[in-house]
Amino acid sequence: MATNSDANRIVITGIGLTSPNGNNLAEFRNNLLEGVSGIEHMEIRHMGKVAAGNCNFDEYKYLKKKMRKRGTRAGSIAVYCANEAIVDSGINMEEQDKDAIGIYLGITEHGNVETEEEIHQLYQNDLKTEFWSHHHNPRTVANAPAGEVSLNLGITGPSYTIGAACAAGNLGLIHGAQMIRAGEVQWALAGGISESTHTFGIFAAFASQGALGSDEDPTMATKPLDKDRNGIVVSEGGCVYVLESLEHAKARGAKIYGEIIGYHVNSDATDFVLPNSSRQIECMNKAMKKAGLGPDEIDIVNMHATGTGQGDIQECAAVREVFGPVANTHINATKGYIGHCMGAAGALELAGNLPSFEDGKVHGCRNIENLDPECAIDGLVIGAPVEKEVKTILNNSFGMLGINSAIIIAKYN
Amino acid sequence: MEQTEVRQKVLDIIADVALDEDLSNLDDSLALRDQLDLDSMDFLDIVMELKKRHQIEVPQADYPELATMDSCVTYLTPKFN
Repeated sequence: MATNSDANRIVITGIGLTSPNGNNLAEFRNNLLEGVSGIEHMEIRHMGKVAAGNCNFDEYKYLKKKMRKRGTRAGSIAVYCANEAIVDSGINMEEQDKDAIGIYLGITEHGNVETEEEIHQLYQNDLKTEFWSHHHNPRTVANAPAGEVSLNLGITGPSYTIGAACAAGNLGLIHGAQMIRAGEVQWALAGGISESTHTFGIFAAFASQGALGSDEDPTMATKPLDKDRNGIVVSEGGCVYVLESLEHAKARGAKIYGEIIGYHVNSDATDFVLPNSSRQIECMNKAMKKAGLGPDEIDIVNMHATGTGQGDIQECAAVREVFGPVANTHINATKGYIGHCMGAAGALELAGNLPSFEDGKVHGCRNIENLDPECAIDGLVIGAPVEKEVKTILNNSFGMLGINSAIIIAKYN
Repeated sequence: MEQTEVRQKVLDIIADVALDEDLSNLDDSLALRDQLDLDSMDFLDIVMELKKRHQIEVPQADYPELATMDSCVTYLTPKFN
């Protein structure tokens, strides 16, 4: 990566998150270590009962009621996470140059929730478009979640979203690091957001694809890497990081969670939905090359592992190829606890592992009762956490249309 | 419909639009925007709610008639009737 001057080294100094099993990092981490699921059954329009992961943070903690009504669920998640991250970072917004702050949020998609609701209302109104809301356009523009953060915090620097399917959480972080390093902003709010549980379409599409996870017990509805897995549980969530240069962080005496030491993004160019192990291998290898590390120097690999039949096998083949021969690397996955938080997945799942630098534990995978032999990898942590000194984490996030991302975070000394 | 009823119906709409505002001390003779945190989108919300709830159309040229509560009541009472 670039040069090693403190101005070019990018560190994480604040984390704000909401996941189906926690509304801050401590709660989320504790529930990952304790095996607590955030998946429940919910009723969804046109489909009835489905397993899903919803967040229960206080939407009005940082947002006025009027602005919540005017905006979007994705925006409310983003505003909550951004504010929590700033509080966590210790940054005093009154002292900031608001023009020098960037907001970069990864999204899988945006606007489906609002569009579906409008179409529903249209049918309730006998297809009279005169009742179509004037809020439709500002709610559905792709930059809405980032724009709502800008409005909420009075940040006048660049604010936009990055559409990268389910790799988007990592992409938000990567883009934030790039923009700071390029000198475009002093520091950034970067991560990923998803409100997908509020649209029936995503559930129905996964069901049609034969990839919607289900079980009588909703906490068992998604079983990544298990032989009996039957698909994805759709979840919402958000995770926003404060990113800044090491120089900037040192100058203000910030607590440093970790340093972004490597990343890579590439594309399969092979299929709309099926992943490609070869490109995933290249992605992880190139991220490690940028970090100047070999596979034996990666302590944790967090898999994307969505719980689909083919996706898990393909990723396991890739991870086995790179890390299988290495005794040091421990491997885990998060979606058995919280489902697939889509655009937030990468950022959230990374956050779930970052406390390993401090507590020396690697959380296990949830819901593996009968490991699929095709998903067996040496170093896979199943169930209870294991003790291990952790200095590096590689976080995988992949998405539809064949986008792959890997980001590597190192413990800061 | 009496003017007091019209006022209440307008107030109900404003309460649903200006969700964070205290409407108890509203001065009916002063501009709503000088007393409440209302912007152009809020006014469009009020116009939309009049249409949805009471089938009352307010053409764009008449928007200034919604400036104060007094002017709202004066303008809307015939339309409610």
